Amino acid sequence: MATKKTYWKSIDQLDQGNPMVTKLEQNEFPKKLPQDFKKDDSKIEDSSSSRRDFLKYIGFTTAAATVAACEGPVIKSVPYVIQPEQIRPGVANFYATSIADGFDFASLLIKTREGRPIKIENNPESPTLGSANARVHASVLSMYDSLRLKGPKLNQSDINWDSFILQFKQKLSLLHDKDKPVVLLTQTFASPTTQSLIDKLTNKYSNIRHVVYDTISESFALDAYENIFGVRGLADYDFSKADTIISIDADILGDWQGGGYDSGYANGRIPKKQNGKSKMSYHMQFESNMTLSGANADKRVPVTPNEMKNILAFIYGKLSNQEVNSKLESKIQKVALSAVKKIKNSGSKAVLVSGIQDTDAQEVVLAINSLIQSEAFDFKLPKLIRQGNSIEVNKLKEDITKGNISGLITVGVNPVNTLFEGAKLAEAIKKLDFSAAFSLKMDETASVSQFVGAIPHYLESWGDYEFKKDQFSLAQPTIRPLFDTRQFQSVLIEILNIEEDYYSFIKKYWTDNILSGNSFSKTLHDGYYSKSGSSLVSGKIIPQDFSSKANSLSVDLEKGMSLILYPKIGMGDGQQANNPWLQEFPDPITRVSWDNYLTISKFDADLIGLKNVSVANGALNGSYANISVGKTKLITPVLIQPGQAKGTVGLAFGYGKKLGLKQEMQTGINAYMLYQNQNKIQQVSISPAEGFHEFACVQLHNTLMGRGDIVKETTLEIFNTKNKEYWNPVPKVSKNHIETMVTSPEVDMWQGFDRSIGHHFNLSIDLNSCTGCGACVIACHAENNVPVVGKEEVRRSRDMHWLRIDRYYSSEESFESDNETIENISGIGESLSTFGEMENASENPQLVFQPVMCQHCNHAPCETVCPVAATSHGRQGQNHMAYNRCIGTRYCANNCPYKVRRFNWFLYNENDEFDYHMNDDLGRMVLNPDVVVRSRGVMEKCSFCIQMTQKTILDAKLEGRQVKESEWSCACSDACSSGAMVFGDINDKESEVSKLREDERMYHLLESVGTKPNVMYQTKVRNIDKT
Amino acid sequence: MSSHYEAPIRKPLVTGDKSYHDVTLDVAAAVEGKANKLWWIVFGISLSAFSWGVGCMIYTISTGIGTWGLNKTVGWAWDITNFVWWVGIGHAGTLISAVLLLFRQKWRMAINRSAEAMTIFSVIQAGLFPIIHMGRPWLAYWTLPIPNQFGSLWVNFNSPLLWDVFAISTYLSVSLVFWWTGLLPDFAMIRDRATRPFQKKIYSLLSFGWSGRAKDWQRFEEVSLVLAGLATPLVLSVHTIVSFDFATSVIPGWHTTIFPPYFVAGAVFSGFAMVNTLLIIMRKVSNLEDYITIQHIELMNIVIMITGSIVGVAYITELFIAWYSGVEYEQYAFLNRATGPYWWAYWSMMTCNVFSPQFMWFKKLRTSIMFSFIISIVVNIGMWFERFVIIVTSLHRDYLPSSWTMFSPTFIDIGIFIGTLGFFFVLFLLYARTFPVIAQAEVKSILKSSGENYKKLREKNE
Repeated sequence: MATKKTYWKSIDQLDQGNPMVTKLEQNEFPKKLPQDFKKDDSKIEDSSSSRRDFLKYIGFTTAAATVAACEGPVIKSVPYVIQPEQIRPGVANFYATSIADGFDFASLLIKTREGRPIKIENNPESPTLGSANARVHASVLSMYDSLRLKGPKLNQSDINWDSFILQFKQKLSLLHDKDKPVVLLTQTFASPTTQSLIDKLTNKYSNIRHVVYDTISESFALDAYENIFGVRGLADYDFSKADTIISIDADILGDWQGGGYDSGYANGRIPKKQNGKSKMSYHMQFESNMTLSGANADKRVPVTPNEMKNILAFIYGKLSNQEVNSKLESKIQKVALSAVKKIKNSGSKAVLVSGIQDTDAQEVVLAINSLIQSEAFDFKLPKLIRQGNSIEVNKLKEDITKGNISGLITVGVNPVNTLFEGAKLAEAIKKLDFSAAFSLKMDETASVSQFVGAIPHYLESWGDYEFKKDQFSLAQPTIRPLFDTRQFQSVLIEILNIEEDYYSFIKKYWTDNILSGNSFSKTLHDGYYSKSGSSLVSGKIIPQDFSSKANSLSVDLEKGMSLILYPKIGMGDGQQANNPWLQEFPDPITRVSWDNYLTISKFDADLIGLKNVSVANGALNGSYANISVGKTKLITPVLIQPGQAKGTVGLAFGYGKKLGLKQEMQTGINAYMLYQNQNKIQQVSISPAEGFHEFACVQLHNTLMGRGDIVKETTLEIFNTKNKEYWNPVPKVSKNHIETMVTSPEVDMWQGFDRSIGHHFNLSIDLNSCTGCGACVIACHAENNVPVVGKEEVRRSRDMHWLRIDRYYSSEESFESDNETIENISGIGESLSTFGEMENASENPQLVFQPVMCQHCNHAPCETVCPVAATSHGRQGQNHMAYNRCIGTRYCANNCPYKVRRFNWFLYNENDEFDYHMNDDLGRMVLNPDVVVRSRGVMEKCSFCIQMTQKTILDAKLEGRQVKESEWSCACSDACSSGAMVFGDINDKESEVSKLREDERMYHLLESVGTKPNVMYQTKVRNIDKT
Repeated sequence: MSSHYEAPIRKPLVTGDKSYHDVTLDVAAAVEGKANKLWWIVFGISLSAFSWGVGCMIYTISTGIGTWGLNKTVGWAWDITNFVWWVGIGHAGTLISAVLLLFRQKWRMAINRSAEAMTIFSVIQAGLFPIIHMGRPWLAYWTLPIPNQFGSLWVNFNSPLLWDVFAISTYLSVSLVFWWTGLLPDFAMIRDRATRPFQKKIYSLLSFGWSGRAKDWQRFEEVSLVLAGLATPLVLSVHTIVSFDFATSVIPGWHTTIFPPYFVAGAVFSGFAMVNTLLIIMRKVSNLEDYITIQHIELMNIVIMITGSIVGVAYITELFIAWYSGVEYEQYAFLNRATGPYWWAYWSMMTCNVFSPQFMWFKKLRTSIMFSFIISIVVNIGMWFERFVIIVTSLHRDYLPSSWTMFSPTFIDIGIFIGTLGFFFVLFLLYARTFPVIAQAEVKSILKSSGENYKKLREKNE
């Protein structure tokens, strides 16, 4: 700032004319400062660099030296030379596609970021199979599997595709010329173009026979449908239309006949008001193993396989008024009679389904549903996602082992691992003249085949499917193939010398045969296409003598033990056994991860001398048992399963693989070794074996201990007749001797703030429609980069799941009687013994599933105790977690009444001690760039997918509009196909979640603690009448 | 002599025929003499335990808290158990030196020095745990309200853990100052006797230039009184605040209003027991039986008996209130403590803390050196279990049965605990060889009133 003031510097300034003063004013430094006392100064004076230059130089060199000193880690990445138009950094692209791996079939949306698929979403618009189960959600990680085949191989050595196809063709022609039989053994493709290509192949090479092989067979049901309707397919069911569902060994919420029934089922399970009364479906389940369906049923009857046949025969007899003799015990007969009554009462609103491994039984089921004209029963448009034929497969196996055929081409199947006596088959395949395997992995079959074709993952492939008659869907690649892979269809195209690629072939085929003028691009965009009008089935039943078939079902009851093989929710047929998400996924029923095991009833376990024990840190151990089926003997770990029918044991498929898996994933035992004749029911003998197996079970306490306020439930009758205060009371606390509701501000010590401004997120979880399927668990895993910690760490109770689905067994017959037992305890002695007894589940318990994630309490106990305020409340209702601020005292986790906080005990990423997917570059490609990967020593937990809500808000802001209600979502609510999870803004009074908050069934978990959660539950209503 | 009058009914606090010079000699003996073999053996064991503990700590910090036995449900176990245990032990020193000073209990003079040393050493052990139990201990300084460059980040004053930081650091600093003030005349005494120049130099520094002038003594008395006044509320506040870690939470078994007095009583209980453990050995090894007499031990035993009974009442009150509350979670928490999978820990605690001190009603037992020693150890085992019971049995089965699990320690957990025991004894053994272990200046002040020979002389004269 300039100033007008002048300052006196010396007395001489008074004298205006003093030359000395003038001189000094003009020349501040009369004499140059000496610069170098030893050398000649003149040289420096000659230099053109000024003092300012010197400062510039020194500044630059310092800066340069500093920059050069801090060398960051160099990660080579190649930028796009030409930036693709659609890919914008930071913005996700979604593509519609379909999965059809022979076991899982679904229409999907794939979220890609910067060109890499990172998440699977449901395609809710698709009319069939538009929802992904846990395995499908996890399948994105299987693409980034570092053990996938990276290129074609011939006789175990690498080869390029051109010579692969050349030699392949030569070999085929040679065999054709000699007329040596070759078998093409494939998965169920359910793909019209693939079928047409295979037809072309078999036309050209008349020596090739096509056999379809489903790893887990539905052959009996397919045979039955074919016998009656003349077409190989599966009847479809819409359980939302059923008032009464009688299931005899059909795991309708699992993988029965291809699965995909849970959304329809759940729809019918929510009590809906009709003429002032609420109605929901009634579900009775007869089964041996405890399944998801049995767990959700209103009445579950544990029975043996032969009893089930008799029950079916009995029900058929009663419904058709024919005499069918039954060998049932009177107790079970009574239950079966009540099922008949229920069916009769509901009339066409009833449906009966069955998974009995018998063609006659399956025919009788179709007959019953036709007889009662079930509205839920759709036989006209069959499902085509299972096509395998066990008889043909068995014959083929015989042919191969006897040397009747010369060549075998397998596509998408692994018969050496999944067929009975696979080892023998492997030897036989080795001896074949020609063998080829098209596979994702160097699996058991590929490793004994001469030609190994590396096929791309479905997310890298083109495809088209007809899941159900007239319901088509398309698949498109969402990323360029990661490896040197080729689709089997593309190979076929080259073999057949068709001059186009598979994409053009599909497009042409669809334009010619399916689309009838509709746009291919639009279909590709949507992912699905529905045709109408053509029906495969005339609707006429090919006449059969059902009563004699029913009579043939009246078999004698078993003498020994029966083994029932089943696919586990997490592992399915075992294709994705190298997927760490699925390995760590706890089974919804047993809550055991990283294993399969023999499930057995407590009764039989005691009889045989098998037990489950807990070790010092609480982890579960189980005895080993020798089991033998025919000549096959195995040693299996044993898990005592409440609800397992006496005289039966269960064992899951999909485990025990050894090839193409990382060391850690080689878990469990191969149940296919017992899958004789592809029949899931086998006679078995069991004896105890030495030692104990170490299980990694995430839930070590199984019962609810009479704590009825954790999972509130009531019966439909009470729900309809009594008011809310009776069956869903808000807990009360006494203040000045006045009973006050805990939700009242009277008993609240917290200072509130105005929450009516902005958004306020809530999540509602309906315990009626939640089937416990676990899709949300995997979706949460994928969205939030939740680490996998491995079997040993899970065993130490250190699983990292942000969202878990608690499963409780009742200690008595029902949870209601549990509560009564607790109420009626008198005296200390009785309480001691009663609580001890309540730790054990009942023989045939009721089950309940309760998804629990961070409850985002408005009065959060975790927030007050953090010394560094790393966890604090957001204005939108979330309980935030600032990972960078966390110092890891774990106080928050201790003080969380819901125990949802998860601690990073170790460094889980880029650490070879945890060899799952976060330690290699390929596996890390699945990470969601919007979510931080947490470091060691910090706490983490559910964030209400704040990255998703925040994106929604920002998108709306950019577009200058309000957020629409339907836009709110989080990973779990998106994945929930049963509609049990609803997420939204309660400040939007019109939103669904606002309405659910006012619903009579609404309650908060542990309301009495006063945490005021933003997650709410809807009371479970069971359709039970006491009579 | 009249100024030194003490009622003849009172037992002498210094036995034997001691003159002022004898006191000097007795206290200086340990510092001036050479360590015997036994000292070296015990020191060697302690030092190796300490190094083992350091190894375990380094492993924990470099690998992760996962090396401990903790899990998603039980987030604290041995770490905080040890922390509370050591803080509790650290209670006796201040109680003896400050509270007893204010109440003019002269018997404290023989034991306050060592009791305070014990306090400081055990608070050091305690202070280790909150730091190493963190997932990221290198960020421990974030718990201090220091101005920072992280934006507006500040500590959370609502958190009891933060209160702990203040409580423990205040306690440690006040105790240290109090201790050192008392040490000044005694250091000066050793300084004055020292013959070797190095020793003289060191003790000159330690004694802060104490000259023994009347003014020095006057200030000394004033400061002691002021510090005693300051330290007395700390005796109550420290463990009250430590108990808030639990009492302010929502976990059944933790959420208990009785905790502050209960914890303070327990702390005094365990602290006195530890003082007994240390002094019974020290009086023997350092030939201080004339100063730390049976009467001292008896008085300590009475305090142990009283505080043990208070703790016992607290345990029973907890059970009663759990039943009376009518809250099923509370009821189950306490039922589970006593009869659940950790019943053995609960009953160890009950036996050691409630039953064993009751023997002290018998004079014969409370004046038995051996018995006192055994009970002093038993009490500290019991008090360790008390903290374990409170922390682990409350956490392992709280609200949602789905999360219930168990805890079992790893060798790292155990190693760190043993390491702190080693560290404590290393410090205490070094102290015993280099510090005047008895406040000789203070003892001299009561020698003529409470010394046995002077009392006898008085009796003869009268």
